[in-house]
Amino acid sequence: MIDGVLVGAVYGLAAMGLSLIWGVMDVINLTHGAMIALGMFCMYLLFAAVHINAYVLLLPTIGFGLIIGLVVYWMAVHWVVGRSMLMSLLSTFAVNMMVIGIGTAVWSTSPYNVNFVLPGITIGAYTFTGNHIAAAISAVVIALALQLFLYHTRTGKAIRAVADNREAAELMGISSTAVLSIAFAIGIALACTSGALVSTLFPFTILSGSVYQLKSFVVTILAGLGKPFGALVAGVLLGLLEGVVTPFIAVSWIPLIEFGLFVVVLVAFPQGIFGKRATA
Amino acid sequence: MILRRPFFWIILLIAAGFIYAPLHGNNVSVREDLILIAIAIILASNLNLMIGYTGYVNFGHIVFYGLGGYVGLYLTTVRGWNLVLSALVAGVVVSFCGFLFGLAILRLRGAYFALATIGILQAVQAFVSNFDPWGRSTGMYLSFESYRPLGGARHALWITYFLIIAVMALSMILSLAIKNSKFGLGLFAIREDEDAAVVLGVNATMYKAIIYSVSAFLPAVAGALMFFKNGMIDPSIAFEYMLSLEGIVMLMLGGQGSVIGAALGGTLYEKLRSYLLTSPVLSNFHLVIAGGLLLMVVLFAPGGLIGWLYRLVPRARKVME
Amino acid sequence: MSTILEVRGVSKRFGGLVAVSDVSFSIDEGEILGLIGPNGAGKTTLFNVVNGVYKADQGTITFAGKDITRCSPDQVVHFGLARTHQIVKPLNGLTVLDNVTVGACFGREYLDLTDARKVASEVLQRVGLGDRADMMARSLTIAGKKRLEIARALAAKPKLLLLDEVLAGLNPTEIAAMIELVRKIRDSGISVLMIEHLMQAIMSLSNRIVVLNLGRKLAEGRPDEVVHNPDVVEAYLGFPDIVDKLTRME
Repeated sequence: MIDGVLVGAVYGLAAMGLSLIWGVMDVINLTHGAMIALGMFCMYLLFAAVHINAYVLLLPTIGFGLIIGLVVYWMAVHWVVGRSMLMSLLSTFAVNMMVIGIGTAVWSTSPYNVNFVLPGITIGAYTFTGNHIAAAISAVVIALALQLFLYHTRTGKAIRAVADNREAAELMGISSTAVLSIAFAIGIALACTSGALVSTLFPFTILSGSVYQLKSFVVTILAGLGKPFGALVAGVLLGLLEGVVTPFIAVSWIPLIEFGLFVVVLVAFPQGIFGKRATA
Repeated sequence: MILRRPFFWIILLIAAGFIYAPLHGNNVSVREDLILIAIAIILASNLNLMIGYTGYVNFGHIVFYGLGGYVGLYLTTVRGWNLVLSALVAGVVVSFCGFLFGLAILRLRGAYFALATIGILQAVQAFVSNFDPWGRSTGMYLSFESYRPLGGARHALWITYFLIIAVMALSMILSLAIKNSKFGLGLFAIREDEDAAVVLGVNATMYKAIIYSVSAFLPAVAGALMFFKNGMIDPSIAFEYMLSLEGIVMLMLGGQGSVIGAALGGTLYEKLRSYLLTSPVLSNFHLVIAGGLLLMVVLFAPGGLIGWLYRLVPRARKVME
Repeated sequence: MSTILEVRGVSKRFGGLVAVSDVSFSIDEGEILGLIGPNGAGKTTLFNVVNGVYKADQGTITFAGKDITRCSPDQVVHFGLARTHQIVKPLNGLTVLDNVTVGACFGREYLDLTDARKVASEVLQRVGLGDRADMMARSLTIAGKKRLEIARALAAKPKLLLLDEVLAGLNPTEIAAMIELVRKIRDSGISVLMIEHLMQAIMSLSNRIVVLNLGRKLAEGRPDEVVHNPDVVEAYLGFPDIVDKLTRME
């Protein structure tokens, strides 16, 4: 169950990526799942090449995520910002298809694994897996870093300004294109990083991302937009829920339950539990 | 009044073509090609009702097809019902399910709705995988007995083919009829600006629920027929997420919102797909190419091929819709 | 003359913000009632409550004898109450004619498509958009789009028309033409409730005026009465005792 809470922190991290992009440019990033999967493979490749502490490898993974994020932004997102939601859904969706397609061609659908294990901590009758703890800590650290960035740096403030009112921000001299591309890149980097963390916990394939994408959506909706810490907390809640429920229900029912939760939350909490609602 | 639209007769002509082509020379491989195209057209046309007409993106459209297949196969194999009756009942049952799903998720707008449709697809797949009477994850198989009333397997396949062509023609006729009706105008208003439409007197809640369940009917019937022809069904082939997505690509490619666009997109994409899947080099890239196509269309030609055609030859619009 | 609309004790709040507070007024058949007030006074919110877009927290709204407090906007149109929006909402992907046809199809009379198209054509002629019927709505000028809003509402054959700042963003010629149009609408038997900021227009058009400020009704009466009401002047200009100072300056 504690493992559930720890994994939840990672869900929260993933959701932050989704929520950031959604909140800043009103684009629902349907490449989110694919990016999470790419993060998994990035970690796998880095680890296979350089057998050092996987958590240190998070740093280059973040870098990778930022670069990929910029690529995707210029490929598909820049042109559809401000157009109808349908267009941005479809364009990010198209990129998703392409990434999954390439991924399947390169890595097929067999499971992969990152074999890096940290020693666990045992307190009384409970053992906490080292990897889970490290993943949760990493997620929290990154979330804190994001919070600092958004509230205490010029770029961060620019991002928040654009999220609030793009025209006004432009009038103030903020290049919205630059800001949007950075924000998008950060969102993708968050997704990749969360994927990298997941790769240390569970085996994965290029298709694993979609499961986490659904979870990210549930968490994002639960938390409302624009509150990174809200996403983290909501992620932990989801993880907790899963931890409590999984021993009793077959794994194939989980997507059903999460979907049900998703719809219920959307209908019952239009503001999210913590924050402001997206205009969909 | 629909008889006055030239396109109505074009539809009948197309259907006649589909019937004649494989019959001429008793050509089974042509028939197999055309049946896949027909299914693509059925899926794209009905999806068009939601996406093109109403502006609600349904990512999980294939759920109706798969459920129709399950209900149909269950009724014919387990219950021994007549094929046509089973298919029709499948259509009605799945439409009704669609209505129920719709009640749950149609209050959601735009992207939320799209995500919810994916959820519905996954939820139904999860449910069916655990549902005993329908064979859980193994699915169901058709016994050859079921082909007997239709005059044996070979005959049955031909009959199923003609029935599917009929469903294809009906799909296109339905699209055409709605497009030129008051109901269709209401849908377009919802697509353009749902709030404005409501203020103008369109009962958006009701209209959305109706079109969502209507868009389920013919794909369900087609599913019942198709899986009967194939003789088996299981959760992974019934609810193939890829097919749902391909439906969207087909629609965007051909031109969403247009009757001929859906048909054209379906045909072209299906041809492309068969080519890609049989090519040893490109089969892995099928998804990449589909995604790439979709991206191109969204970025450069959101009206699809038909949109581009109408810009070149504006008068074509009067004939084709 | 009978009352076409009766608004009684209507209040609406959004979270902590009280947008409309205990507002009551009525409109007689054949009247043009002007609704004025400084920005943020709650005028558009009031429209939204009357027309069913928002549900009133308190109070009742009676239209032609029917209680429409709990009705949704599409139901309200069927009873004969149509409205335009301050920020125009054209159905961009449809032609001008189709836009108005929507209004005719789903309005007070359940017309079929052919009849609705005929009504739509007539209405377009009436508002002066007849020559642009086949244009896409998105390519109209702002003045054209404002007329389109009105045309759509008229096509629904309303008994009461709610106009939300139809003059905003128009140049003097367009304004004059629009004022004429509103007068013609009233003369054809449709009652009008209009929000407007352009003082001269509202003064010349309205039979009576209701003034809102900070969500409450501040004053009601004939245009000349209202404009000399010191509370009203104060509300607009914001300085206490301004009327005093102004009169002392004379």
